[in-house]
Amino acid sequence: MSGGTGIPWPIPLSLLAALALAIVPLPGGLPPVRPEWPALVLIYWAMAFPQRVGVLTAFVTGLLLDVLLGQLLGQNAVAMALVAYLSIQLHSRLRVYPVWQQMIVVLVLIALYKLVALWPQGLTGLPPGSVWYWAPVLTSALVWPLVFVLLRGARKRWLLHLT
Amino acid sequence: MVLLGIALMVLDHRLNELQTVRSVLATIAHPIQVAVDAPIRAGSRVMESFSSREDLVVENRILRRENSELRARQLRFEALQAENDRLRALLNTARQADEEVQVAQILSVDLDPFRQQIVLDKGQRDAVYSGQPVIDADGVVGQILSAEHASATALLISDPGHALPVLSERTGLRGIVVGTGNPQRLRMRHVPPQEDIREGDLLLTSGLGGRFPADYPVARVTSVERPPGEAFLSIEAAPLAALDRSREVLLLWTRDTDRDAIPTPLPAERDPAADDQP
Repeated sequence: MSGGTGIPWPIPLSLLAALALAIVPLPGGLPPVRPEWPALVLIYWAMAFPQRVGVLTAFVTGLLLDVLLGQLLGQNAVAMALVAYLSIQLHSRLRVYPVWQQMIVVLVLIALYKLVALWPQGLTGLPPGSVWYWAPVLTSALVWPLVFVLLRGARKRWLLHLT
Repeated sequence: MVLLGIALMVLDHRLNELQTVRSVLATIAHPIQVAVDAPIRAGSRVMESFSSREDLVVENRILRRENSELRARQLRFEALQAENDRLRALLNTARQADEEVQVAQILSVDLDPFRQQIVLDKGQRDAVYSGQPVIDADGVVGQILSAEHASATALLISDPGHALPVLSERTGLRGIVVGTGNPQRLRMRHVPPQEDIREGDLLLTSGLGGRFPADYPVARVTSVERPPGEAFLSIEAAPLAALDRSREVLLLWTRDTDRDAIPTPLPAERDPAADDQP
């Protein structure tokens, strides 16, 4: 069983759920503090299964997010691929970190993600122009323990036999 | 992968070659949007069915009164329309275009919080096309950005990337209204300081851009300032349409009565000769 490179079903399912969370309307008037759910879920799976979940999965997820958010095609895809690449590079270290240390790494990764996604927006002449753009960096790090516990639960339950 | 992504972005921004890729992806992503929208819509329907009978009776009475009022006005409007057509024929000018509308629901999904966009539940199968005007009962809402099979994304007039040619109802002064990113505020650009424009002026579409038919209300001027040392006035306006509140909008099809063209058909059936490039 182990050593395969297929993508078991909980992974796409959780990514789809994260994409849905990315467009669920927030209560009106709330500032844009929505955590970057797809990126968080992707970081977890890239860390848990670096052989299975890679840059391509990230790219496709990012493309879907671009379409869902009505943004420039490729903007999130590139950022997401970069985040996946880095988390695969860091996976063996990430796994042994305690959760609070993981939160710091996630903070940096999401900040990088937002930075890469910002660049094409600036080039096309429509920068968000508000510090609220960076709010998701903090909230994403704050909800990381939740994502981590939930997805680890899913992995232990259904994917324990895989590497 | 990164290069591919950058190539994608450049293509998407500079050319419209990726419309098909985007619409294929959007069709894949559509179920996610529907899944997010469905419980919210069901919730509001449940709320509706629990509203009391008295409320419904009152609402019904109000609607009936409004309906008879509107019908009375419609009678006059038809007579005026006929007279207008006759006068225009006498003057040998082009007749005004006929318009058709269809109601579309706004899906409850959030998009990029720094852009002003909405997703509608009508798409190419309902003959929605990109560039189509979107209005509501009070004024212009925006235009369709891209139409997929069963859904469409519309750009609101309050998006910082949207510009709309308008004219002032009182003086006929022409100008461009651009969005600010705030759904309550628009800005009118490039009006020289000697022009006659004041607070409360109504701005209508001028029809000059070719996208929007003329004479639809857009916004009301809320403030006019003359910043010293600037070449143009600084004019702010409030959109008349409920950009951030409505659940429904109207899609507008323009039919040219002179050429007797059919309302824009599906792109596959479109006659290339009669197709104006946007």
